[in-house]
Amino acid sequence: MTELSRIWRETEYRYNLIGYKCKNCNRTYFPPRDICPYCHRESIGKMEKFKLSGNGEIMSYSIVHESSSAFKRQVPYVMALIKLNEGPVITAQVVDCDPDDVEIGKKVHMAFRKIREDGKNGIIEYGYKFRIN
Amino acid sequence: MIALSNNVYVIGAGETKYGELWDKSLRNLAVEAGLKAIENAGIYSKDINAIYGANGLAGTINEQENIGALIADFSGLSNEGIPSIRVEASTASGAAALREAYLSIKSGEYDVVVVGGVEKMTDIHGSDIIEKMSSILDREWEAFYGATPAAMAAIIARKYMHDFNVEKEALAMVPVNDHLNASKNPDAQYHNKLTLKQAMDATPVAEPLNLMDCSPVSDGAAAVVLASEDFMKRNKKEGIKIIGSAIAQDYLSVGSRDSIYTLKSTHLAAEKAFRRANIKRDDISFVELHDSFSIYALLELEDLGFVEKGKAKELVYDEIKTNGRIPVNPSGGLKAKGDPYGAVGIGQVVEAYLQLNERAGERQIKNAKYALLHNMAGTGTSSVIHILEGY
Repeated sequence: MTELSRIWRETEYRYNLIGYKCKNCNRTYFPPRDICPYCHRESIGKMEKFKLSGNGEIMSYSIVHESSSAFKRQVPYVMALIKLNEGPVITAQVVDCDPDDVEIGKKVHMAFRKIREDGKNGIIEYGYKFRIN
Repeated sequence: MIALSNNVYVIGAGETKYGELWDKSLRNLAVEAGLKAIENAGIYSKDINAIYGANGLAGTINEQENIGALIADFSGLSNEGIPSIRVEASTASGAAALREAYLSIKSGEYDVVVVGGVEKMTDIHGSDIIEKMSSILDREWEAFYGATPAAMAAIIARKYMHDFNVEKEALAMVPVNDHLNASKNPDAQYHNKLTLKQAMDATPVAEPLNLMDCSPVSDGAAAVVLASEDFMKRNKKEGIKIIGSAIAQDYLSVGSRDSIYTLKSTHLAAEKAFRRANIKRDDISFVELHDSFSIYALLELEDLGFVEKGKAKELVYDEIKTNGRIPVNPSGGLKAKGDPYGAVGIGQVVEAYLQLNERAGERQIKNAKYALLHNMAGTGTSSVIHILEGY
């Protein structure tokens, strides 16, 4: 079973879609990172938390039929790369739709959802998924 | 003393059969491949300066770490205290270990090094393997949300097909070619030929990719012996020369990259390797590509510089066959020879060793002189390229 702290320390980012912005070059990042890959040492101490709007569009997607055991009950599900309006590209599921309705370029917005259960006795893990607008 | 170059040669090679090898353990496989390579090279334990062992997932699949000690111990080399360490670079562990061994000889520190790769993937129940394999992605920000290696390859494939107007059929030609070649490789996991229709109609795994677009779960091991020119001269041995070796990295997550269908690590490593080898793309006799998913073979042909981005569909119907302009995977590739993670990159060297020595039997490439080997980690996070020259 996963220790709670592993999940707890990411909840702020996963629940609220908080990324980082480099105050040196103004690029935004998700997931959080401590160093800007463009500014290197110039970015140290200048990476600040940044709340993303949760709006974006589908860059590409797959309909997943073979999953790891934690997602067996969800197949087939749509796994996508979502290009957020602020720039970062995020890996997430697209839900509440027929997989056939998903298309490259469709506008989506974030939804707060249950992601997985850590077995029968572990905690339930939550985070973001996306819905078609 | 005669002035010798610091060139590095492959003087022996061996591998196990790839497949679901239920009667063989992780250590059985590693030792079998290692002994074959050592016998083939005609060397003795006293000649070996060091061992580099490649493995991707033994910690998570077999609950066995400390792979370097395991391999050395059961190869009977513990009394001599020969250094043995594991190299891990996900599915590119094999070629990454090869490169470390190559550098260790190039530096002048060692004369003879054994490099092995091993993976024992069928030791956990099939329903658990996808979770273990997904650990090669970003666990917290990709796999956590349900991404699998197949799903990420499929996302890349859909965007590529969309932007360059590529039909699914072009992807399906990759496993068709792999299976045809593997039918002539006794070590391959599969010996059945695959029709285009079979490749197109297989069960979906992660759409648009189906079962025939995805490499199988495999057990297997491969090993080679590298030697310095000094050792070769003193012992009157012949070998295949490593004329180019390079590695490059990219972002861990697919979404962080500027272009999701550009394998930047492959492009960068290829540029370096060709510069060092000082040969042209046209000189290459055949390539072994890391086609864990069919889409990657197309992207790799492009990012290795054999064809422009979006144009690999022009190569996959005829030019990649063993008698084509740029033969791909005479071994059968990852789809049909098999994909035992840590062994793949070394298995590619075994194929090159056979081909460049004209000992590849029915699948022999005519006049094979230069081999390009491409071993890739995960979704393109690392690429390792070696260019080998026959004698």
